[in-house]
Amino acid sequence: MSAHTTTRDQSGWGFSIGTVCALVAAAALGALIIAANAADPMMAAHAWIFFFLTVSGLLVTGLWAGALNGRNPFEPTVYEDTIVKFGVAAAMFWGIAGFLVGLIIALQLTFPNIFYFPDFGWTNFGRLRPLHTSAVIFAFGGNVLIATSFYVVQRTCRTRLGGGMWPWFVFWGYNLFIVIAGTGYLLGVTQSKEYAEPEWYADLWLTIVWVAYLFVFLGTLWKRKEPHIYVANWFYLSFIVTIAMLHIVNNLAIPVSLTGSKSYQLFAGVQDALTQWWYGHNAVGFFLTTGFLAIMYYFIPKQVNRPVYSYRLSIVHFWSLIFIYIWAGPHHLHYTALPQWAQTLGMVFSIMLWMPSWGGMINGVMTLSGAWDKLRTDPVVRMMIVALAFYGMSTFEGPLMSVRAVNSLSHYTEWGIAHVHSGSMGWVGFISFGALYCLTPWLWKRKALFSKALVEWHFWLATLGIVFYIVAMYVAGITEGFMWRAYNEFGFLEYSFIETVKAKHIMYIIRVAGGALYLIGALLMAYNLVRTALGHGEAGEAAPDARPANAPALQPAE
Amino acid sequence: MSMLKNHGKLERHSLLLTVGILIVVSIGGLVEIAPLFYLENTIEKVKGMRPYTPLELKGRNIYIREGCYVCHSQMVRPLRDEVERYGHYSLAAESMYDHPFQWGSKRTGPDLARVGGKYSDEWHLDHLKEPKSVVPDSIMPPYAFLAKKKLRVEGIGDDLKTLRFAGVPYTDDMIANAEADLVAQASPNQDYDAEDALIARYEAAAERKGTLRIADFDRNPAEITEMDALIAYLQMTGTLVDFSTYEADDLSNRR
Amino acid sequence: MYETLSSFAQTWGLGLFVVMFLVALTYALWPANSETFRNAAHQPLVDKEPSDD
Repeated sequence: MSAHTTTRDQSGWGFSIGTVCALVAAAALGALIIAANAADPMMAAHAWIFFFLTVSGLLVTGLWAGALNGRNPFEPTVYEDTIVKFGVAAAMFWGIAGFLVGLIIALQLTFPNIFYFPDFGWTNFGRLRPLHTSAVIFAFGGNVLIATSFYVVQRTCRTRLGGGMWPWFVFWGYNLFIVIAGTGYLLGVTQSKEYAEPEWYADLWLTIVWVAYLFVFLGTLWKRKEPHIYVANWFYLSFIVTIAMLHIVNNLAIPVSLTGSKSYQLFAGVQDALTQWWYGHNAVGFFLTTGFLAIMYYFIPKQVNRPVYSYRLSIVHFWSLIFIYIWAGPHHLHYTALPQWAQTLGMVFSIMLWMPSWGGMINGVMTLSGAWDKLRTDPVVRMMIVALAFYGMSTFEGPLMSVRAVNSLSHYTEWGIAHVHSGSMGWVGFISFGALYCLTPWLWKRKALFSKALVEWHFWLATLGIVFYIVAMYVAGITEGFMWRAYNEFGFLEYSFIETVKAKHIMYIIRVAGGALYLIGALLMAYNLVRTALGHGEAGEAAPDARPANAPALQPAE
Repeated sequence: MSMLKNHGKLERHSLLLTVGILIVVSIGGLVEIAPLFYLENTIEKVKGMRPYTPLELKGRNIYIREGCYVCHSQMVRPLRDEVERYGHYSLAAESMYDHPFQWGSKRTGPDLARVGGKYSDEWHLDHLKEPKSVVPDSIMPPYAFLAKKKLRVEGIGDDLKTLRFAGVPYTDDMIANAEADLVAQASPNQDYDAEDALIARYEAAAERKGTLRIADFDRNPAEITEMDALIAYLQMTGTLVDFSTYEADDLSNRR
Repeated sequence: MYETLSSFAQTWGLGLFVVMFLVALTYALWPANSETFRNAAHQPLVDKEPSDD
C-alpha cells in the first residue's frame, strides 16, 4: 500500500480510501448480519454498536472525500499531523475516564455500603475493574503509543506517514475496539484472561487493526529518507510486532456460535495459565515498556535539545531488553502447579532483566548531563525524568518480587497492586504526560504551553498522589501478607481472612486520596492542553514559522 | 534513480529488524511454553476429575462473567499457612478441564479453589445476596440479582460441544442430554430417572462416586435461576479429586 | 519429547542467548559504526520538511 501513496496521481491516494472503505463496509455488513441473528442480547448490542459506528465512519469519510475536489489529502511534502492531534485528544479523554473508573473502584472497596447496588450487576467491582485496567492501559496508553509512534516515525524518517487512508483506519479502528471492549465488560462479556478480557470478535477486529498498524509503520520506514532507522523506531517496531504475536496466541479461542458472544479458550489449566502470563508479563514488557521507552528515546532528547547520552548503549539496551523480557512470565506462577524448572527459569531471567532496564534508565537520565538546570526550569522535562525514576524503582522491585521467597509473601496481596501502580502511574503515566505536553504546542504550532504553573501543579499533585497510593498499598500488602501466615502460640492461624480485610481499611482510604489527587492533576492537564491548542495565555499567537517541533520556541519566556 | 537503487537496501534493513525482533521474542516463549504441551506429568495421575455438569458449567460462566477471578484466586500454594487455611494445595490436574483457567492473581477475598462443601447452600445464598448478612465486615459486592434472573437452559449442548472440540471428554450422551441434565441437577425429587441418568453419566466419567450433588441450590423450586448455577459450581470446586489416592511423592507426580 | 525440549531450554537455550548478546554488543561497539551512530543520535534534533524524492 505504501507504493501507491508515493505516487502523485489521484488513483494512488484514491485507492487507499477505497480499500479502507471496502474493508469497513464489509465489517459493517458482517455486523448487520450478526445483529439480525444474534444468539444472545450482548452480541446483539455489540453488533448494533459496531454497525452504527462503522456506518457513521463511512458517512463522514464519504462527505470528507466528496469535499476534496481532486486534491490529494495525503500530500507527501507535508507531515500527517492531524491524526496525531486526534490521538492526543483521545489519549487525554480515555486517560481521565480510566483514572475516574479507578477512583470509583477504589471507593467501592473502601465504602462498600455506598458504592454497590444489589440489583445491577454492571456496577460491581468485578465488571468495573477490567474497565479500569483496559481504559488506562489500552485506551490511554494505546492512544499515546499510536499518536507518538506516528509522530516520531515521520520525523525520524523525514517522510509522510505511509498508507494514505490506512493510518486513519488504524486510529479509528483501534478506538472502536476500545468501545467494544469497554461496553463488553459492563455487559458481562469477558473471557476472564487479565488484560486480554475482550471476547473473540473484538480480538479478531483488533488483529485486523494491528496488522494494518504494522504495515503503516513498516511502509513509512520503507520510504524513509534517512539511511539509519532511529532507535526509537526499533522500540516501536518491537512493540507492534510482539504485541501482535502475544495477542494472537493468548486469544486462541473457539466461539460457541458465530453469532454469540461466548467462546471457550483453546488451552486449559496449566498450559492456559502459562500462555496467559507469558502474555500478561510481556504486555507489560512490550506495551508498557518498549513502547514508552521509544517515547523516552525521542521526546527527552528533543525537549532538552541534546542527543541521547549513548547511542551504543541504546542498541545493547534494545536487544538485551527484548530478549530477556520474553522469558520472565513464569514468575507470575510461583508455587503454583506449573513445573518448577519453568518457575526457576522465569525467576532467573527476571533478575537478569534488572540490568537492561537500568541501562535504559541511565541512558535516558544522562541525556540531561550538562543541562541539569532544566529539571528546575522545565516541569515537562522533570516529569519525564521522574518517570524514569519510577521506572528504575519498579524495575528494581520487579526482579525482587520474582524471587520465590519474596513472592510467597507478596503474591496475591496489595503489594502487587502497589508495584503495578508505581510502574503505571509513575512510569507510563508521567512519560505519557510529558509526551503530550511536548506534542500539543508542537502540533498546534504554539510558542509554549498555556500555563507552566499548571504543569507544576499537575506535577506535584500527581507525584503526591502516587506516593499516597503506593505507600498505602505497600503497607496494606505487607500487613496482609504477614497476617495470612501468622500463627498464634498454640500453633493455629492467628487471623481469619476477614480480619486481614478489615486491617486494610485505613490504607484503602489513603489510596482513594492518592487516586483523587492523580485524577485532579490529569484534569488540570486536560484544561491546560485545550487552552494551549486554542492559543491562549503563554501559548500566544500561532507561530509564524510553519515548522513543526520548533524546540527553541518551547524555552520558557524569561 | 538513486532512490530506486537504494530502495531495496532500505527495505532490507527494516525487514531484517522485524525478523530479528520476531526471532528474539519467539525463543523465550517457544522454549518455555512448548515443552508443556508435550509434558504428561504437568497433569498428575489422580482419580475423580470429570468434566463439569451443564449446571456447573453455567455457574462457572457466571463466575467468569461477573469477574469473580478479579478478587478470588483458585490456586492453593504448597505453603503451610495456605494448606491450613484452604486445604490441600492445588494440583495441575484439578484445572485440566478449565477453559480458561481461573487461578487468579489477587486475593481481595479468600481463595475459592476448595470452597466446595465448606458452607451450606443457604450460607452461599445469603452471602451472595448480601455478603454483610453473614460476614459483617465484608467488602464484597451483593449479587441479589442472580436469584431473580432465570437461567437460560437452551443451547447448553453447544457449549459442551465446543468444549469437546477443545479437548474436554464430553460424550455424545452428555451432549444430547445436556439440557435435561441441567434441569435435573437443580430440581431434586422431580424426575428420578433423569437424576439417575445424570449421576450415571458424570460418575462414570469421574470413575468415582459422590462427585455430584443434586439440590435446589437457591431454595426456589419455582424456577432455575443463575443463583442455582453459581452455587452449584461453587459447591463443586475442589471436591472432585480423591486425595486418598493421590501420592505426592510418586515419581510420576513430581514436578 | 518433553525431556529433550526442557534440557534444550536449560543448555542450548542459554548458550544461544549469550551468543546473541555478543552479536548485539559487537554491532554496537564496532568502530566503523560509530559515525553512523553519532549521526543517528542527532537525527531527532534536526527539524526538516518531509522529502518526496
